[in-house]
Amino acid sequence: ADLLQIDRLVLHELSGSQAVRALAEAGRVPMSRTQVYTVIEHLISTLPGRGPTDSVSKSGPIMIETTRRASLDWGFHFIDYNDPRQGIAHVVAPEMGIAFPGATLVCCDSHTSTVGGVGALSWGIGATEAEHVLATQALAQSRPKRMRVNFTGKLAPNVYAKDMVLALIGQIGAQGGIGYATEFAGPVIANLPIEGRLTVCNMSIEFSCKYGFVPPDDVTFEYLAGRQFSPKGAMWDAAVKHWRTLRTDEGAVFDREVTVDCNTLVPQVTWGISPQQVTSIDGRVPDPADAADSEARQLGERALGYMQLEAGASLIGLPIDVAYIGSCTNARLSDLRAAAAVLKGKKVKAGIQAVCIPGSTPVKHAAEAEGLDVIFKEAGFEWHESACGFCGHIGDNRFANLRVISTTNRNFEGRQGPLTRTHLASPATVAASAIAGAIADVRKT
Amino acid sequence: MEALKQVTGIAAPMMRINIDTDQIIPALFLGGTDAKGYGKNLFHGSRYLVDGSNNPEFILNQAPYTKAQVLLADRNFGCGSSRERAPKALREFGFRAIVAPSFGGIFFNNCYRNGIVPVELPIECVREIVAEVEASKGEGQVTVDLEAQTVKSPSGKTYPFTAPATLRQMLLNGVDEISLTLAKMTEIDAFRSKDRAARPWAY
Ligand code: SF4
Repeated sequence: ADLLQIDRLVLHELSGSQAVRALAEAGRVPMSRTQVYTVIEHLISTLPGRGPTDSVSKSGPIMIETTRRASLDWGFHFIDYNDPRQGIAHVVAPEMGIAFPGATLVCCDSHTSTVGGVGALSWGIGATEAEHVLATQALAQSRPKRMRVNFTGKLAPNVYAKDMVLALIGQIGAQGGIGYATEFAGPVIANLPIEGRLTVCNMSIEFSCKYGFVPPDDVTFEYLAGRQFSPKGAMWDAAVKHWRTLRTDEGAVFDREVTVDCNTLVPQVTWGISPQQVTSIDGRVPDPADAADSEARQLGERALGYMQLEAGASLIGLPIDVAYIGSCTNARLSDLRAAAAVLKGKKVKAGIQAVCIPGSTPVKHAAEAEGLDVIFKEAGFEWHESACGFCGHIGDNRFANLRVISTTNRNFEGRQGPLTRTHLASPATVAASAIAGAIADVRKT
Repeated sequence: MEALKQVTGIAAPMMRINIDTDQIIPALFLGGTDAKGYGKNLFHGSRYLVDGSNNPEFILNQAPYTKAQVLLADRNFGCGSSRERAPKALREFGFRAIVAPSFGGIFFNNCYRNGIVPVELPIECVREIVAEVEASKGEGQVTVDLEAQTVKSPSGKTYPFTAPATLRQMLLNGVDEISLTLAKMTEIDAFRSKDRAARPWAY
C-alpha cells in the first residue's frame, strides 16, 4: 500500500458524524481544514420548510447536529441544509468545483466515484479511514488493477448514461470490478456531457469497482470554469495546463478491456435484487434455470421471490406503485429535463405515488427557473427540497411493500424500505412508467 | 485498534453471492454517532421475523452457529455501501474472520480496522471447508491464522492465503494507524510543500 495525499475530504452527517466524534474523542485535531468540505444531505428532511435538524431518521437530529458543530468549530467549508449551494455531496462536489481533474477526493460514501466524471480519482471510504484523513490528510491504498470500458457506437434517442452503465453491469456482473480502477472511454463517453459522465461513474461501485473516472478533456474544463472553488485567473491557466497532461498514454496497457456497443443499446430496467439483474426494457424476466452457474441461479431464484415475479414475465406493463426521481445518480438538471420532456402535458396514472427530489438546491432552482417544477407538479409529482431522500431507507416506511421504479443506483433487498421492490431505470423511463402506471418503454410514448 | 493473530471457532456458511452491506446492516439501523451498538441489528432483514422474534430459518439463530466466529461466504461479500457499521455489527456478533472468494473493496478495508480479517480463498476451497463444516453439523472448528496466513479446516486441511502486508501488520499488532502515519509527518510535510508549489489549487 502507498500513502496518498488526499486533496479533498467530503463529509456528511451519516458517517462524517462518526469520524468527527472519534477524532475529537482521541484528542486529535484536523490537519488541513481548508481541504475538508461538509454537506448536510443524507438524513435531512426533503419536505418544503424543513428545519435545521428535521429528519425522518430517529437519530438524524443528533448526527446532523454533531456534524454541524464539528464542521463549524473546526472551520471546514460548511454547506448547511439551508445554504443555496446545498445538495447531495456527489452532486455538489462537481457543481462547486470542489472536485477537479487529478484530485484525490474521498468521502464516507461508496458513490464517491461519481466525481470521477470530472477526472478526479475519487473513492468511498469508511468512517475510520475518514478519521485518519482528518488527522493526516493522507490515506494508504493498494494500487488497483486497471480496467478500461469502451462505449462504442452512438446512443439512440431515449437512451441515456444510466442505460449505458446498467448494460455494462449486466454484461460484466456485480463483481466485475473488484480490485480495479475503471476508466470510461470511447466515442460515446467523449461526446457525453459531464452530467452523463457523472451518472456512469456513479455506478462503478455497483460492479464493485471503488474507482471510476473519465480522463479530463475540454468538456471537463468548460464545465469547471468559473465554479466557486475552481481556480481563477493565472492559477486556472496553470491548472488547465496541468490537467491536460492527465490523458491516457497512447498504447497504455490495461489489465482488462471491455467494450459496450451503444449502437444496439435500448433503455434498460432491472428486474432483480442486484444491479446485474438487468434487461432491455422490452425483455422478459429470465428463468433462473437458464443461469450460467449455480450461484447466479440461486440469486435469480431469490430475486424472483423477493420481487414477486414469474420467470418469463414481460417487464413492460408490470404495474408499479411508486415512481421516484432522485439521488446522486440521476437528479441533475439534464435528468429533470429528460423526465419533464416525457411528462409535459401528461398526468401520472391515478393511484401512483410520484416523487421528485432534485439532486441539489442549485439544480432545484435552475429547474424552477425553467418551469420544470410546474411540469412535474401538474403531472402529479411531488416536488421536494434536495437531499438523499428515499434513495435509502432511513426511517420513512412510505415505500414498504411497494413496487418502485427509481432513478437511484441500488435495487438491493430492503434498500428503499421493508420489502420494497426497486426497479432501476433512467429518468425518462421512470417518467414514462409514472404516466402508464406500469413499467413502460419511453420510446413508445 | 483491536489486534488479531489467529482465531479458532465455529464457522457459519452463508453461501450466497453479492451479500451487500445493506443486508449486513440496513440503513435504518445506522443511527447515532457511537462506535458501538450495531450487533443486534446484524442481518436484520433475514434474522428477525416481522414481529421482531428470531427467524428460526436463519443460520445465525441456529446452534451452534449462534456462537460463530468465522463466516464462510461467497463472491463479492460486503459489496455496496461503505457503511463501517457493517464490520462493526459483524464484530459485535462475535465474528473475527470472513473467508470468501472476493469482497467489496471498501468493506475489505473496513474489516481490518474493526478487528476482523477478511480472507480471500478460491471458491473451491471455501466450498470444501463448508462441506466439512456441514458434515460436522457445524461443530467442526475452523482456524484462521493471520500470522501464518493459513486457514485450517475442521479435518486439519490447510489452505494458504495472502493478506495485504500493511493491513496485516496493523491488525497483527493492533496498532493505531493514525499514530503510524503521524510518525511520518516530516516526509508528509515535505511532500505537501513541493506539491503545493506544483498544484496550488489543491490546497
Ligand atoms: S443519493 Fe442515495 S446513493 Fe447517493 S449518496 Fe445519497 S443515499 Fe447514497
